[in-house]
Amino acid sequence: MFGLNKKDTSLLLIVIVLTLFAPFILNPFPTGSGLAQFNAGYPDLMQRFAIFGIFAVGFNILFGLTGYLSFGHAAFLGVGSYSAVWMFKLLSMNVLPAIILSVIIAGLFALVIGYISLRRSGIYFSILTLAFAQMSFSLAYSVLTPITNGETGLQLTLDDPRVLGVTSTADGSIPVTNLFGIEMRSTYNLAVGPWDFQFNMGYYLCALVLIAAFYLSIRIFRSPFGMMLRAVKSNQQRMNYTGLNSKPYTLAAFVISGMYAGLAGGLMASMDPLAGAERMQWTASGEVVLMTILGGAGTLIGPVLGAGFIKYFENIFSKINDNILHSWFSFMPDGLEDFVVFLVHPFIGKGWHLTLGILFMLVVVFLPGGLVEGGQRIAGWVRGKKKPDAHQSETNPAE
Amino acid sequence: MSKTDVSRRGLLRTGAVTAGGLALPTIFTAQSASAFTNDPTGGTVTLGFNVPQTGAYADEGADELRAYQLAVEHLNGEGDGGMLNTFSSKALEGNGILGKKVEYVTGDTQTKSDAARASAKSMIEKDGAIMITGGSSSGVAVAVQGLCQEAGVIFMAGLTHSNDTTGKDKKANGFRHFFNAYMSAAALAPVLKNLYGSDRKAYHLTADYTWGWTQEESIKAATEALGWETVNTVKTPLAATDFSSYIAPVLNSGADVLVLNHYGGNMVNSLTNAVQFGLREKQVNGKNFEIVVPLYSRLMAKGAGENVKGIHGSTNWHWSLQDEGSKAFVRSFGTKYGFPPSQAAHTCYVQALLYADAVARGGSFNPCSVVEALEGFEFDGMGNGKTLYRAEDHQCFKDVLVVRGKENPTSEFDLLEVVEVTPREQVEYPVDHPMFAGGQLGSCNPGA
Amino acid sequence: MDAFLLQILNGLDKGSAYALIALGLTLIFGTLGVVNFAHGALFMIGAFCAVTVQKFLTLSVETIDPEKTDFLGNPLKVKTPYVENWFGPDIGNAIIDWSVPLAILFAIPIMIAVGFIMERGLIKHFYKRPHADQILVTFGLAIVLQEVIKYFYGANPIPTPAPEALNGVANLGAIVGLDLIYPVWRIVYFCFACLIISGVFAFLQFTTFGMVVRAGMADRETVGLLGINIDRRFTIMFGIAAAVAGLAGVMYTPINSPNYHMGMDFLVLSFVVVVVGGMGSLPGAVLAGFLLGILESFASMEWAINLIPGINQIIIYLVAIIILLVRPRGLMGRKGVMED
Repeated sequence: MFGLNKKDTSLLLIVIVLTLFAPFILNPFPTGSGLAQFNAGYPDLMQRFAIFGIFAVGFNILFGLTGYLSFGHAAFLGVGSYSAVWMFKLLSMNVLPAIILSVIIAGLFALVIGYISLRRSGIYFSILTLAFAQMSFSLAYSVLTPITNGETGLQLTLDDPRVLGVTSTADGSIPVTNLFGIEMRSTYNLAVGPWDFQFNMGYYLCALVLIAAFYLSIRIFRSPFGMMLRAVKSNQQRMNYTGLNSKPYTLAAFVISGMYAGLAGGLMASMDPLAGAERMQWTASGEVVLMTILGGAGTLIGPVLGAGFIKYFENIFSKINDNILHSWFSFMPDGLEDFVVFLVHPFIGKGWHLTLGILFMLVVVFLPGGLVEGGQRIAGWVRGKKKPDAHQSETNPAE
Repeated sequence: MSKTDVSRRGLLRTGAVTAGGLALPTIFTAQSASAFTNDPTGGTVTLGFNVPQTGAYADEGADELRAYQLAVEHLNGEGDGGMLNTFSSKALEGNGILGKKVEYVTGDTQTKSDAARASAKSMIEKDGAIMITGGSSSGVAVAVQGLCQEAGVIFMAGLTHSNDTTGKDKKANGFRHFFNAYMSAAALAPVLKNLYGSDRKAYHLTADYTWGWTQEESIKAATEALGWETVNTVKTPLAATDFSSYIAPVLNSGADVLVLNHYGGNMVNSLTNAVQFGLREKQVNGKNFEIVVPLYSRLMAKGAGENVKGIHGSTNWHWSLQDEGSKAFVRSFGTKYGFPPSQAAHTCYVQALLYADAVARGGSFNPCSVVEALEGFEFDGMGNGKTLYRAEDHQCFKDVLVVRGKENPTSEFDLLEVVEVTPREQVEYPVDHPMFAGGQLGSCNPGA
Repeated sequence: MDAFLLQILNGLDKGSAYALIALGLTLIFGTLGVVNFAHGALFMIGAFCAVTVQKFLTLSVETIDPEKTDFLGNPLKVKTPYVENWFGPDIGNAIIDWSVPLAILFAIPIMIAVGFIMERGLIKHFYKRPHADQILVTFGLAIVLQEVIKYFYGANPIPTPAPEALNGVANLGAIVGLDLIYPVWRIVYFCFACLIISGVFAFLQFTTFGMVVRAGMADRETVGLLGINIDRRFTIMFGIAAAVAGLAGVMYTPINSPNYHMGMDFLVLSFVVVVVGGMGSLPGAVLAGFLLGILESFASMEWAINLIPGINQIIIYLVAIIILLVRPRGLMGRKGVMED
């Protein structure tokens, strides 16, 4: 189906089911219950899962296939966001032109940076991309403030000269982002018993884009072009000796993954029309590297899992506070309750970084292939330890 | 049963934006359960406390969170009531807000606009928070304020000192109790004149982002009005940790005052470096060289240790104030946590109470009713004397403190001493002041 | 002229910190082939060794002074450090005053131990793993280490002043008739850095141990075939690299008050320094450290900012790009190290 083999088709179908039913899957606990804290099925976080999924899938096209480790990919995401917000300010609140522009601009940006950076390989390449991204961040934060609005981030205002559309609505507010009239923020709430499921238009747009992006990445992985990129990774020298110039291929991969990042940035701005400079900082670039490795570099689904994992911890664990802990453990005797809360306390709320750090280490120590390997092990265990998945051959982590 | 967050208002807006757009499916226009976002229907009401819990301002955020927890206790009628006893408005009865028990959720802004908005959104979308408050930087405050305006909830800013928060980025749903750079300058200038005379040459080092710029602009204007000359203004990168290469040129610049427009870690490092280079002992033009830190934070000043001694700056509030409101707050905070509150804790505590009071006086959680109740509201007993929430820009006007690093501290908290309480009249400015120009308040948004 | 000299001094001073961190990073790269993202955290732990020593020395007995009151109106508790009680106020205060130099003695064994534990407990399992895995695990470790420090010491910077005697400024130019004053502690820091750097070089150059390690850096397999237990020596090198980063941290505390994320602030910069210097080259790392320090100082001068707005924000990265484009393997890099 769709020009994919059976295995890839089933993978794509899994992704489609997971994304389309995410509002149910991510909301397993009834709203009033103590465990509702762990629900992730609210629009903002679901959008983030999809957007960072796209970002990581794109990053993986470069890193997973060619082995080139870019430490500056966040710059493309940032550039994409800025272009999208400028589109909202100047043209129209429709997200389509904004997203298209952000992909184009990010692609051009990637072309320039990639052209220069790809003259070096290995860690020299990583540092070149890092340097470009850090320069973009520093300048966006300070000197380029007229374009980027610096520290505060680029926001919509009540006096934007919007060519197609109104400057402000009849009741004096800023118009909202939409796709041909469908507001990105409109949400349909479905209450089933004690559960409350939220279906958000913005999320479904992100989900559809994610599915398309994922499909495209499968096609790239399986194409002759993808094969060529893999050859670059396994032995670039041998490839050059056969008379092939590998640079156009790696540059194409770099630009494609830059455009994915721009797409993610454009979507991010479409869900929430703000573009901040921090999006380009090296920590943001590092985050997508971590997502990809954590999920399983070089695998198709891994980056999406890694993105979900990190965003989940950032948004869910940081919100658990002592009060919530006390309510969870209130069934225990007083002294014991306090003791348990005392034990758990360093790992939640302001300690969410600590939990994340520990999990990074655990995953990489025990699951060398990332979360994907964990999934395969569980699957293997469920199937009664049958022979390892044939998929394995393609899931070797990148170097 | 189903309810929807899309309102008639939202639909009207959509209609206005796109001519000939797709008609919405009917399920989106099903019954509108309430007139505004997150209308609390049960016996409780949820507030969202969005403070930095990781990153450089984590300690300040922790102090804000303590203040909020105290405020919730007092609103629910627990504890000793704190400032509720001294607050001039008596609408709050200690039974929650409008009889609903106050509950809260917390989140981490990470001092990044993106993360702060994500956290605030999850509070609004997932936890049903009716009001968002907190934060420790102007970038975050402006970003979250914009979000709250769009989402239709009230934003009560925490620590944010940039002129922009209630200047070009002001929003109808956002309110700031904290003072701003203009007020710092207006309060400091006369004191500086008395201390150092009107014939001075100032050298500015400024953090290179919007807050730093607004402060530099304000201080420069105020000191030049005294007759001071500004020798130079130099922008320093946010990421700078070692300021030696910015301090060294000061030595031979002919300046005799150094103004450090830095906050937090930047301020600790630049002040430490300035003292290292012997600037405090220096004589220039026959006068003692002086250093000024326009925005002081006691928590951060602690990091600079001995270096703050004798250095002047301004602050929103200090625990050593002796009015009844401050005393009551310091007592209940100190009894609960064992140390005195910071200015960030104070402004957050007051913001939480002011919000609750506005709901009680307006009789509704509807953001538009809250906005109406807060606009032009004049109150007392909250630690800064008579205070006005100005209707035109949602900025509080109150007395400002000029402080100095104490020479002989008696304890680790006793770092600053109040030099002067600058009265409110002296720090007021017209709404259309050029430093605040450019933005529009817009109209209040109750959301769906 | 004075301004230039001052900025050169500033640059050497900043460069000292960069060079020390980059030196350790290169040692680990070169010997073990590990990309250590936790190296900044080692610098930070060193700094907090100084904080801890200061905390220990100022452990106090509390006595109640009924004449004064605290902020709640209760009688004030006056704290007197134990060392003051034991040695009398004069000697006691002198000991507290010298807590940062004293911390060096404390930091060396601690940092070597931390290095050993890290290498034996974690890093050694990653020698054969891809660089990506090394990055993930060391980054995770860095987060854990800094969060642990934050849990105990808070997020705010903690003042750790230099001894009174080394706190002032010195007129360096007096000898040649120039007015060139510079903070004493920064001069101390520069000299200290030079001492450590030459110590490490001498160790590698003039001892048998160092010779084996250098041989191992060049060709690990052959050295192993010769029947030399290179692993144990590499463990020791990791300990030394940790100690170098830690000492850089201890001595840095009086320059800027330490906080829990100071390691991350230096991490990216020190990677840039190492790469600009050239992978696997110790002299390259040191040279690049000082070079970038000096360029950074020059770029913050007014004429530079007026010439190219924002140059002070990006100078290091700009220079890194130019150098890497002109010299493919950095200043002194060797062929084939970390190029794939």
